[in-house]
Amino acid sequence: MSATVRKIQPAQPPPVGSGTRISWLKENLFSSLWNTAVTLLLGWFTVHFTLTVIDWALIDAVWHGESADACPRDRGACWAFVTARWQQIIYGQYPGALLWRVHTAFALALVLPFAFRLARGRHQAGIRATVLVILPVMAMLLLSGGILGLEKVPTDQWGGLMLTLVIASIAIVFSIPLGLVLSLARQSRLPALRLVAVGFIEFWRGVPLIVVLFAFVSMLPLFVPEGRNIDILVRTVIAFAIFNSAYMAEVFRGGLQSVPRGQYEAAEAIGLDYWKTMGLVVLPQAIRNSVPALMNTCISIFKETTLVMLIGLSDLLGVIQLSLEDPDWLGPTHIYGSAYLFAALLFFVFTYSMSKYSLRLENRMNVEH
Amino acid sequence: MKRTARYHRIIGIAASTLFAAVTFSQNAVADRLEEVQKAGILHCAVVPGVPGYAFPDASGKLVGFDIELCRAVAAAVLGDADKVKTTKMNLPTSFGALQAGEVDIITHRFTWTFSRDVGTGMNYTRVMVWDGQGFLVRKSLGVKSLTELGGATFCLASGSTTEANAADYFRTHNMDFKSVTFSDMKAAAQAYNAGRCDVYSTDKFGLGARRLTFDDPSEHVILPEVISKEPISPMVAHGEDHWRDIAFWVFNALIAAEEHGITQANVDQMRSSSNNPEIQRILGVTGKFAAKLKLSDSWAYDAIKGVGNYGEIWDRHLGPNTKIGADRGLNNLWTNGGLMMSPPFR
Repeated sequence: MSATVRKIQPAQPPPVGSGTRISWLKENLFSSLWNTAVTLLLGWFTVHFTLTVIDWALIDAVWHGESADACPRDRGACWAFVTARWQQIIYGQYPGALLWRVHTAFALALVLPFAFRLARGRHQAGIRATVLVILPVMAMLLLSGGILGLEKVPTDQWGGLMLTLVIASIAIVFSIPLGLVLSLARQSRLPALRLVAVGFIEFWRGVPLIVVLFAFVSMLPLFVPEGRNIDILVRTVIAFAIFNSAYMAEVFRGGLQSVPRGQYEAAEAIGLDYWKTMGLVVLPQAIRNSVPALMNTCISIFKETTLVMLIGLSDLLGVIQLSLEDPDWLGPTHIYGSAYLFAALLFFVFTYSMSKYSLRLENRMNVEH
Repeated sequence: MKRTARYHRIIGIAASTLFAAVTFSQNAVADRLEEVQKAGILHCAVVPGVPGYAFPDASGKLVGFDIELCRAVAAAVLGDADKVKTTKMNLPTSFGALQAGEVDIITHRFTWTFSRDVGTGMNYTRVMVWDGQGFLVRKSLGVKSLTELGGATFCLASGSTTEANAADYFRTHNMDFKSVTFSDMKAAAQAYNAGRCDVYSTDKFGLGARRLTFDDPSEHVILPEVISKEPISPMVAHGEDHWRDIAFWVFNALIAAEEHGITQANVDQMRSSSNNPEIQRILGVTGKFAAKLKLSDSWAYDAIKGVGNYGEIWDRHLGPNTKIGADRGLNNLWTNGGLMMSPPFR
């Protein structure tokens, strides 16, 4: 039946002419006259397009200038606007002398995942929880100030990329645990709890975000007179966190439902109570399965932050849009074009890194070999 | 049927709750002036997006015509033009915020209309800009007057008075009119520039500024007709009569100052040496006007010292030396054939 090979065959040289770059080209791009023609045509287009873009965006671009006069119509991209308004685009009106606080806060935010990962040993859970709470709180205190001799910076001076990142990160950090709790409540055996969770999730998923934002920002003070004392940024962030927790809850529900019934039953069979079943058996699997959808929601939260422009906050896009109204910068359309292109690039850098991070996370958490 | 009746009752209850909540919150601020003085800062709502009126300068600070009006009120009430907090809003949020008492005054350029004045719980203060709707077309169209534009396509901002005005005008003149509407006037201007429409229309002080952004500004002309009245005025909440008086007279003081030749530069000298009785009353040298407004004697002096007179504000942000390059026209003083006139300080 089965033949066992006892002697390892010596390696053979590769077939002549295969595996080299030239042969790959021959086989795939120039195998026939027709293919050769298509290859050449597409090649020409690619080269031409790339050269045009490089010429427009780099060689013929204007890098410095104080007004629209620096960017005449016959020149390429107008990065002069971006460089002239750089500080506002990145930090809003945050006082220039205090920018170190913004930098430190974001350095803390970058350190967080590493600190989280490095926590090992007996006190792993404790250290992780502390890191998760302390670092963001420190970052926020640094940004807002008002204690420990740090000068207070009112939130209406926050803006630009910094505001976008603050809103997105707080919304993400709060909506994930809230969503997890909601998804557990939705699976609960207690009807009242289940009903409340379902109602909450369906309500917030059923209204458009912009309506929620308007309600929190313009309507809240109509109902609660004290509401006007709550900072607009705080209201916005709460609206974002609540709204997105409903989406997170559904992401986690997907994860929970992907865990086979047998896992619950096995956990119960060895005598684990509800919390241990969830904490030790179900959630680790459910969360792992939720990562791609979770990151999807995070990316969309990040992009949704541009809506705050409509309630008077100056996020990255808002600052750019407003600054373009300065009469000094009224000029040819390509000034707008370059400015928006820059915003798009910044957004891409962040969303792309988020999706790369998600892939790494998936690989790291993947225990099935 | 029964179901509908119950629905109506529920909606009724909800509406009256809302109304009660609104009334309650409005009553919560009994005296706006006290509230502002207690806070030590004046909250103004502005709607950025119109070049020259409210936009961030190179340092990111909001500047412009609308901001100056806010600063003038702050100077009169708090003695310091810098004690302002300008909140960027859009049309619906600013109306809501004013009624909820979240901001003290809207100094954005909203057109004074019947339904906004009477229906929405807001009061206008006084006209600070007389604008009117104008039209811009390509030179190559060879059009000299609006009456030749029958059947043309218009790029307009939706929801603005612009759209309704144009529709009214063409209906009364029995001409066909097609409009493509956009979220704001900038988007409408860009669409016109890209060739989607034959005509771009907005208030005429905005037309010149928008033309600068077109591919070839010299290819476009502004038609002579102005089809609407656009009186632009700051707003305060309905029912705050005393607060409205303050805003009204601060703005009047700026206009009267121009008439009397009081400028930011010479206001000190005017206060100490002018023997014109009205100037003395405006600047608080004589009379009890300040006490009647419950302000300090230097209220108008502080406003003029802080932002200059009306003409100075105009020249700084909209005048011929700016890129807006607006001709004052109706906004000249009444002594120069315009409509700008302050009631007497008497």
